[in-house]
Amino acid sequence: MYPPIIIIEAMLNGLLTGAIYALVALGLTLVYGVLHIINFAHGATLAGAMFAVWGLNAGLGVDPYLAIPILAPIFFVLGYAVQRFVIGPAAHGDDGNILLITLGLSILIENSLLAAFGSDTRSVSTDISFSVVELGPFLLSTARLVGFAGSAVVGLLFWLLMTHTDTGKAIRAVAKEKLGARLVGINVGHVYAVTFGLGCAALAIAASFLMPTFYVNPRVGGAFVSIAFTVVVLGGMGSVPGAMAGGLIIGMVESVSGLFLGESLGQIGIFIIFILVLLLRPTGLFGAKA
Amino acid sequence: MKLINHALGRRTVLKGGAAIVATLAAPAIVRGAEPDPIKIGILQPVTGALAQDGEYGRRGAEFAIADINEAGGIKALDGAKLEMVFGDARSTPEAGTQEVERMQEEGVVAIVGGFASPICLAASQAAARYDLPYIVDVGVSDQIVDRGLANTFRFAPGFALCTAAAVENLIRINEAAGKPAKTVALVHEDGLFGSGLAKLMAAELPKHGFEILEMLAVPTPSRDLSNVVLQLRSLNPDLIIPSTYYGETVLLARTMQQQRVRPMGVYAVLNGAASNRRFVSEFPEAAENVMDCNHWHDPRNEKATSLQERIEADGNQYNYNTPLNYSCVGLLADAIERAATADRAGIIEALASSTYADHLMPYGATKFENGQNMGAAPVSTQVQSGDIKVVFPEEFANAEPNFPSNA
Repeated sequence: MYPPIIIIEAMLNGLLTGAIYALVALGLTLVYGVLHIINFAHGATLAGAMFAVWGLNAGLGVDPYLAIPILAPIFFVLGYAVQRFVIGPAAHGDDGNILLITLGLSILIENSLLAAFGSDTRSVSTDISFSVVELGPFLLSTARLVGFAGSAVVGLLFWLLMTHTDTGKAIRAVAKEKLGARLVGINVGHVYAVTFGLGCAALAIAASFLMPTFYVNPRVGGAFVSIAFTVVVLGGMGSVPGAMAGGLIIGMVESVSGLFLGESLGQIGIFIIFILVLLLRPTGLFGAKA
Repeated sequence: MKLINHALGRRTVLKGGAAIVATLAAPAIVRGAEPDPIKIGILQPVTGALAQDGEYGRRGAEFAIADINEAGGIKALDGAKLEMVFGDARSTPEAGTQEVERMQEEGVVAIVGGFASPICLAASQAAARYDLPYIVDVGVSDQIVDRGLANTFRFAPGFALCTAAAVENLIRINEAAGKPAKTVALVHEDGLFGSGLAKLMAAELPKHGFEILEMLAVPTPSRDLSNVVLQLRSLNPDLIIPSTYYGETVLLARTMQQQRVRPMGVYAVLNGAASNRRFVSEFPEAAENVMDCNHWHDPRNEKATSLQERIEADGNQYNYNTPLNYSCVGLLADAIERAATADRAGIIEALASSTYADHLMPYGATKFENGQNMGAAPVSTQVQSGDIKVVFPEEFANAEPNFPSNA
């Protein structure tokens, strides 16, 4: 048995990691909530964003955090364009097609990254990669604390956007009743594309917070997306607060089960939760009844 | 700010390699009347996951061939020059085998290299079908020499020799410091290499008065080692023995530095990072004082230090596999010289009876038993002030061990 301080610190570490999981899950849940599709290209897009952060740092010396105002708009526009001009038209109104298109996109992105950068692992080391903040007996990584704070801010902004702006109202209207929204004059294709763009922008931000402490290779997205799916299921499909809460819970469970069961076996905690949620509360913590 | 960039380095080195091959080949055409060059195969993984190590090895072999040719080639064969036939093992045993077949068709008299155990196992077996002498440079798996292949020779120490020396060296270093270290935590990757090594350490060390507090397994790759370091902090062991690959060792050392876990010593065995200059130059603070029991050149050997200077003068990094491959090519040239023939059976016979001592490693005279050089031994190194120093055994050391490190 470990002393309480160790267990508490493991939980804190888990919360900090969980905030990043939440950010990755945010885009996934948003796209699901509005477009009612699972975006299979989510992980590949994350890997692409991480390479972009790495590239800006390696090529131009841009700090990963300063990459956010550059990459978030770029990824928003990219996401918008992909949905508006590729996924939307190619779907021909059938959701089943969208699934296949995003799957194809993920293969395309992953292999383009592989061709461009090879399978090597790269990392970014900044001044704060090593620094810690002392919180009583706890030593918390500065980069992770920044990621936690940033993730909280982004979560709040998304929530405000959804609840207090006309764009948010339009997105929610399309999510609830596509035909009705179209009848009152909402451009559904535009709303779909905006939502997809927002999801991609969230990934760019997550990538910027991840890079100071993590590494990137073309297949790195998979490791996060399998967790993001669990987060989305736990929080409730399509719910922004659900993604935030789910991310934090999953991060903590992963950390504590890793402490007691070992790093290799610790992942089992996540999947036990996944199965329990599906069995006992299929709508998730914050999810509306389907 | 630092970045890890293989792609650029690899391309430049590939170009450099091609240029060297071209310059090696060109004089042979011009000379005409001189004796035919002797083709030797150099097999290294220079693309894929092991590309970094493959480059270190190839550079060593290239320098050795250039030096031997400059000194007059093989004198017993009228000064015949050595000619490199390079094969890229592409970091897989299958590609290694294909390259052996290609080298065989090109008429090489012997092959040197392989680097990773799986490549060495497959490539030496393929070479055995043609009775083609194969000198393993690094591959530590003892299976390589346990198969009884007459063509396969390993110049460097294998797993059994390395681990025995690692335990022995650790005990001696600890005794010399007045036996301060009593408790040990083992951090190992959960595959065959790491868990095998950890089990062996857990069985051996208690016989010598060490208490094993915990064996912590980590997956490769790991997203995060915070929990492992937290456990280490709560266990507070005197010694931490990591047997993990490059990425995880770097992550572990970085997280330990961040979490201020400062044991008396970090003592790695055959570790991918602890005696790698990339680790030392990118994370000097995390690497400082980390010890490793591994292959290393003899720092008191002037030929070795001058090779290091020549390689670093080109702006390249020097690693243990560079002098090891340099020495393996030297071993082969010596065997051809004594055999006075480029005939395969003659070379195998000369290798088996080799007493080659003019190498760069801390080994003494070569003596093969069933293909294993029994004179080979690893050394204990330590990162000191941003440099990798040999600290044990004393006859090869160029620094005193800084142990306990955080006193």
